[in-house]
Amino acid sequence: MKSSSSEAVMPSSLSSRASASLADSSSQLAQTAHKPRRNDMAWRWLFRAGVSILVLWVLVPIALLMLNSVSTPEQITGWPKTLTPALSFETLDFFWHYQGVISALGNSLLAAVFTMVIAIVLGAPAGYALARFVFPGMNAYRMIIILSRAFPMPLLALPLAVIFIQVGIDDSILGLAMVHATLALPFAVLITSSLFMGIPVELEEAAWLMGCNRWQAFRRVVLPLAAPGITASAVFAFVISWNEVFASAILTVENRTLTAFLVQSLSESPAEIKYAGGLILVVPALLFLFAIRKYLFSMWGISNR
Amino acid sequence: MRKMPTALALLALLGTTSALADITFFSTQARPLEEAQQMREIALAPYAEAINYMPQETGTFLSRLEAEKTSPDGALDLLGGLHGELGSLTPSILTPLNDLQGSLADTGISKQYMTLGKLGGDQQRYIPWMQATYIMAANRKALPYLPEGADLNALSYDELLAWGRNMQEATGSPKLGFPAGRKGLIHRFLEGYLYPSFTHSVVREFRSDDAVAMWQKFREIWAVTNPRSTAYGFMQEPLLNGEVWVAFDHTARLKDAFNKQPDQYVAFPAPAGPSGRGYMPVVAGLAVPANATNPDASRRLIRYLMTPEAQIRTLRATNFFPVVEAELPDDLPASIRMSGKAVAAQSSADDAVLSLLPSGLGQQSGLFNKIYRDAFVQIVLRDADIEETLDILAPRLQTLINTSGAGCWLPDPPSDGPCPVK
Amino acid sequence: MKHDRWLPYYLIAPSLLFMGAFFLYPFIQIFAEAFTSSDGNVGLANFTRIYQDFNFWPSLKNTLLLTGVVVPLQLVLAIGMALMVTRMNKGRDSILYIWTIPLGISDLAAGIIWLAILEQFGFLNSFLSAVSVIDAPASWLNYQNAFALFLAVVVAEIWRGTAIVLVILVSGMGLIPKEYDEAGQVFGASYWQRLWKITLPMLRPSIQSALILRTLLALEVFAVVMMLGGSDMPVLMSETFDWQFLYQQTGAAAAYAVLIMLISVVITGFYIKFLNVPKEAR
Repeated sequence: MKSSSSEAVMPSSLSSRASASLADSSSQLAQTAHKPRRNDMAWRWLFRAGVSILVLWVLVPIALLMLNSVSTPEQITGWPKTLTPALSFETLDFFWHYQGVISALGNSLLAAVFTMVIAIVLGAPAGYALARFVFPGMNAYRMIIILSRAFPMPLLALPLAVIFIQVGIDDSILGLAMVHATLALPFAVLITSSLFMGIPVELEEAAWLMGCNRWQAFRRVVLPLAAPGITASAVFAFVISWNEVFASAILTVENRTLTAFLVQSLSESPAEIKYAGGLILVVPALLFLFAIRKYLFSMWGISNR
Repeated sequence: MRKMPTALALLALLGTTSALADITFFSTQARPLEEAQQMREIALAPYAEAINYMPQETGTFLSRLEAEKTSPDGALDLLGGLHGELGSLTPSILTPLNDLQGSLADTGISKQYMTLGKLGGDQQRYIPWMQATYIMAANRKALPYLPEGADLNALSYDELLAWGRNMQEATGSPKLGFPAGRKGLIHRFLEGYLYPSFTHSVVREFRSDDAVAMWQKFREIWAVTNPRSTAYGFMQEPLLNGEVWVAFDHTARLKDAFNKQPDQYVAFPAPAGPSGRGYMPVVAGLAVPANATNPDASRRLIRYLMTPEAQIRTLRATNFFPVVEAELPDDLPASIRMSGKAVAAQSSADDAVLSLLPSGLGQQSGLFNKIYRDAFVQIVLRDADIEETLDILAPRLQTLINTSGAGCWLPDPPSDGPCPVK
Repeated sequence: MKHDRWLPYYLIAPSLLFMGAFFLYPFIQIFAEAFTSSDGNVGLANFTRIYQDFNFWPSLKNTLLLTGVVVPLQLVLAIGMALMVTRMNKGRDSILYIWTIPLGISDLAAGIIWLAILEQFGFLNSFLSAVSVIDAPASWLNYQNAFALFLAVVVAEIWRGTAIVLVILVSGMGLIPKEYDEAGQVFGASYWQRLWKITLPMLRPSIQSALILRTLLALEVFAVVMMLGGSDMPVLMSETFDWQFLYQQTGAAAAYAVLIMLISVVITGFYIKFLNVPKEAR
């Protein structure tokens, strides 16, 4: 919905700068400007082939995992593999009846949602600050944020557990989400800051001229444009929390997340359990991505068309 | 977006339902998911109180306990772990259980095991809970290739080598297997089987000439071993899919193969070397954290777990054998009958060399295992010079033993002070 | 505006406080531990210790090599995918969804997925034998076949980690005003020329973020490698993990962690310097 306004306020100086950079190379362009039809067709097929291959590249491994998780143990250890499994749901059923799975699933979702909220509420403003202002200490801040992600999490869980026990937020989902948020926050800051950077400051300035204050301009002009990217970093926060094992294993006892509860011992379990567990680990994240895919990309679609 | 608060409330509800006042049983044993489930359904289900059985990897198990030690109210009520794992905790984390010694005296627990439970001090830090050991397993397909005159129940390492060679020549692929992966227990093979069998020692003779000869022999054996061995954690898997025909592993890590295809596999004792047939029993123990909120409930659960009935149930669930005297019923799963026989043959062999779990190493236990694994990786996998490697590792071994102050343990003769590496 | 001078500080303050409590505090503790030997002396004893360990050079080499191979490939692939997305008409949302699926898949799950394919009795060998390339199941993931092992990890990492780069780039591309591209077309620039002269330069902030994030993650690669390579392919993170949880030597583990951080900082600094986004360009 903002695409029209973005065109309207697009400053002419920008487009002229872009075209200036092209001017020097424009002499060699003439011969390539018009391509023959057949070439076009070839390109289109190449394009389709490329897209299909990449789609298969993502989907086939997951399909094979699914295949394995509905196979019998004999088929999994058998040779050669067939693409037609016996459709045995025994292994998946085992997980379903595993004591405590449901509450662990709830804990995982809760921790992931908390993480998402904390990361975005704290991260997006900082991302905006980094994108729009030049201020002393900015590089130091950026460095601290990046540094935090450069340090292996499993080591930090131990001192954190000690404090959590002292403070009394040990074994709580909120406490765990806070730790997960420290993992997700750097991503939120970096992703949102590059997003805000990509939104021309002139758009905001135009809004100020029209009488908006800083907040209104942000909310009405910048936010709609940045929403897809913000959603992207929120999803990322969700996924980080969903998949995190070590902090969850150390910081929770009764309120385990699914990964800590189940998945931790997956690599020691027999093959069929391993594969079915892998699927159980994958499916909720798939569903979540699927549920929010509209937010993730539709806004982008509008602003681009 | 308006749905968000409702969703959050729902989730919050979900998140809080699980916190019950159960007895939290934190354990490094019965970790594979199916085993954990059996532990709950078979071994713990008859107990009157609700138990939250939580299997845990060693690393996070120890970290959690170390983090919790300053807290007055611990979240954990009962701990189950291997001797080495419990021993590597700060001793004050485990409350003394001397009061249980009396009631357990006539159950038939070996004195040696009770002493191990003191972790080198005067207090009973853990109660021996269950035991297991390592044995060999073979696919029946491998038996025709046994070298002539070899007796499966009195195999030597030379014969194992010849066997492996025969199988490789006949099938074109190496059919021996060792659990040398990240999750595998190859270090126990080195500490409890190979070293004692060749040097009648595990620490003192670490870099002796006998040890050099041992490594040479193991290199030869490795040449006819499936190279995928460095990825194996539980040997039951490569046995079941036929990658490997003859394997060494922990009884609990072979049980799937025995149970799923009892007629396809045989269990037998580990081979013998020039110094005898080294073997190592493994003991897991039960302990109570000093800050457990209801230590009486914890003790009650220990008493239950030490009854013959519960010990048999635990055996069914985990393939770990009772430490108390218990009459084994006839309807035990194939894995238990098969491995039971092999274990008995192993420990009662004329040339048996008993090798105990490292004791008194405390926080250095992990490093101790690393020394042996490092030696294996350098010498066997990376083809480094044997003597050079042992000369690099021996001082490190000595340093960690000195740091912990551990005296020698069997099969090394006792020492005054820290066990010396020659 | 006077108001504006403090605004950025207000904006970063909450996150800074948060990170101070949940990251900086434990970090300082661990950082100090890296420089404290087991007998309490301050110094480099922990670093000497890990340096002398047999696995130091292999793990450093493997990690850097993996990062060096995986990250550029992922960037190129993601740029290609993002460009394809911009040229798509129908089905774009579905294809984007599919391409971003690996985003939701954890290291561990990705490792399991590729293990199912690459193990000796896995799908790859079944396929190869079905089309008669191999007679008997070949073992790809073993220590004697270091190159195949490395390749397997690279493939799995590219499969798993490209999606995050893609998402950042697609979001960034969506923000490039199409007027630039139109201007290029008016001047008769070919698709490739517009790509090199307009799209990619405009995409620089996104590329920078994507590279930084991806590199940090690549340097901490762990579960995928452990699933496929186990102890045959030590990486810095697996050593950190082992020293902490297996050998219980927090000092040595902390030293590894500091090393990982150091490498990350150097590479990040490099990206910031050479992919710098001039303020005036915005």
